Amino acid sequence: MTQTVATPPPTWQERGLKLLRDQGILIAFLLLVIALAFASDRFLTANNLLGVIRQVSILGTLALGVTFVVIGGNLDLSVGSMLSLTTVLVVDLHDKIGPGPAILITILVALVIGAINGGLVGYLRLNSVIVTLGMLSVLQGATLIYTGGKNVDIQNQDATWFAFFGRGQLFTIGDVNINVPVVLFLGLAVVLGIVLHKTGFGRKVFAVGGNPVAANYSGLRSSRIVLYTYMMSGFTVAIGAIILGSRVMGSQNNVGEGWELRVLAAVILGGTSLLGGSGSIFKTVIGVLIWGVIQNGLLLLGAPYYAQWIVTWIIMIVIVWLDLASRRGRLWAAT
Amino acid sequence: MSTTATQTKARTQNPVTRILGRILKEQPIWLFVPALVLFFSLAPATSEYFFDLKNFGNILLQAVPIGVIALGMTFVMINGEIDLSVGATVALAASLAVGLQGALGIFPAVAVGLAVGTALGVLNGTIVYRTGVDSFIVTLGAMLGIRGLVFIYTQEQSFYAFDFAYSDFGLSTIGPIPVVGLIFLAITAVLAWVLRSTRHGRDTYAVGGNREAALNAGVRIGRHVIINFALIGFLAALSGVLLSTQLGASTPNMGMLFELWVITAVVLGGTKLDGGRGSILGTLGGVLAIQILRNGLNLMQVPAFWVLVILGSIMIGVLFIDRQAEIRKQAAR
Repeated sequence: MTQTVATPPPTWQERGLKLLRDQGILIAFLLLVIALAFASDRFLTANNLLGVIRQVSILGTLALGVTFVVIGGNLDLSVGSMLSLTTVLVVDLHDKIGPGPAILITILVALVIGAINGGLVGYLRLNSVIVTLGMLSVLQGATLIYTGGKNVDIQNQDATWFAFFGRGQLFTIGDVNINVPVVLFLGLAVVLGIVLHKTGFGRKVFAVGGNPVAANYSGLRSSRIVLYTYMMSGFTVAIGAIILGSRVMGSQNNVGEGWELRVLAAVILGGTSLLGGSGSIFKTVIGVLIWGVIQNGLLLLGAPYYAQWIVTWIIMIVIVWLDLASRRGRLWAAT
Repeated sequence: MSTTATQTKARTQNPVTRILGRILKEQPIWLFVPALVLFFSLAPATSEYFFDLKNFGNILLQAVPIGVIALGMTFVMINGEIDLSVGATVALAASLAVGLQGALGIFPAVAVGLAVGTALGVLNGTIVYRTGVDSFIVTLGAMLGIRGLVFIYTQEQSFYAFDFAYSDFGLSTIGPIPVVGLIFLAITAVLAWVLRSTRHGRDTYAVGGNREAALNAGVRIGRHVIINFALIGFLAALSGVLLSTQLGASTPNMGMLFELWVITAVVLGGTKLDGGRGSILGTLGGVLAIQILRNGLNLMQVPAFWVLVILGSIMIGVLFIDRQAEIRKQAAR
């Protein structure tokens, strides 16, 4: 801190570079939105933009919890099959014990699974990639055992208030409908953003992910904090499952297949480093929105549906690359 | 120094415990594989069917798609990198090999599939090396992008091989041993030699073990990284081709989650995620262990779903034991 006294005030150029380094992804996102607004006159309408957010609301909800795990210095590859299990669970239990208890049990199961992951990674110090990879397999098996390989669905779809989470509309302004999944996702983002950035717990997550040794020496119980990050991830999976189950009113055994990596891709798109210790909920929301805007924009432009995956491939690498390049001051890595 | 000390200590024990101790230390998976074979050969529910040459042939055949890629993943992981795009490459190569053979003939179509897989590997390796972006991120992106290419190329359709020579090859055997399995074993032998005895193999260990030191020792890191990604790209494509000869078809969803199964097999075989340590022999053990377990549990009529639960638990268990051994080693120091 004392050196800052000696340095001259930053020039405009330096300020510009710093802005680019800190908010580069936000700028890229805005450029993307502007480009799409010029390319298609249907893009920049309130209904379309809300549609984009609705489209990514489940992916986004999962990404919020995974952000905690990633900032804490670990990965969670089990969220995909956890989504399969919890969606099947909430849909199947709905007809058996009613929507309220079904939701409660689903959240509880997800928290327990998160706690198992977190216990293995936090307390036993096992490699998080392998633990959650093993859990992916276990949960996929558990889902199939639970359903016996059959799909599940809700019988009387018109008579249940469970439809609210995935299909409900909160209110209408003019011809603009505000959907419940959008509100749930953005509301959860605000709450979890406050938890991560404004509470002592949040600061500890950053400390543990940034430098676990230092965190330990300064008396942080890093094991417990890692445990909580995984429970957070479990919790957001359960919320995602409730939205998904409510929207579809049924579920296949493999709805979450491949989601673990797609969620991670969205987190990376936002600029959160996989090394831990840095990132933010806001970045993740931007990452999720970039994903959604690419998807929506390409469809509006008439590109084939899967072109979005190819564009995501390119953008993901370029974003991380430019971020790295701005940090090291050189475009190419040292040889 | 410490190795000579353990050797003199080991010599005083009887030879059987000495050999077992050495296997336990270096290739624990190769105690697990015979134990599994013994278990399923003796268990009353499976003894009749398991210990049978034809069944062994089946196990080998089923091990091929994951096994071929796992060989390449061993190189990549020892190099300190990872490749998550292999499952998508499997589908792309299979779709090209089956989809183009009507127009080009079988061999050119297969060649196109293998060439595209290798080229994507080179692309991954070049991006990883030149931009310095973590291979986890580069290949995660590639996994999505290549799968996108598959869906666009196939228009979400499955392709069927109309020339029966193609699917006949996939099911052909020499004696009780499937030809596809022999190809896998031959590649395993060659790659075991490459990893142990060539300069590329040794440098791969060096780069993964201590990149800085390797650089200072004059190892050309980029070349090895790109070669290893090219290798796994080629092997993933080969896996796709071999799988499509067994099915006589390709589907756009082929290879889904293969990356995760491959990593499971490689890790079971003792290769570390942080690089610098591992072996082809261990990977072969990991691949066989998974397949023997699947086959044996299947013969026991355990539902296939349980196999997933058991496999995942074993993986976490192995990691736990590994970790305990490491803690004890540190405490002993």
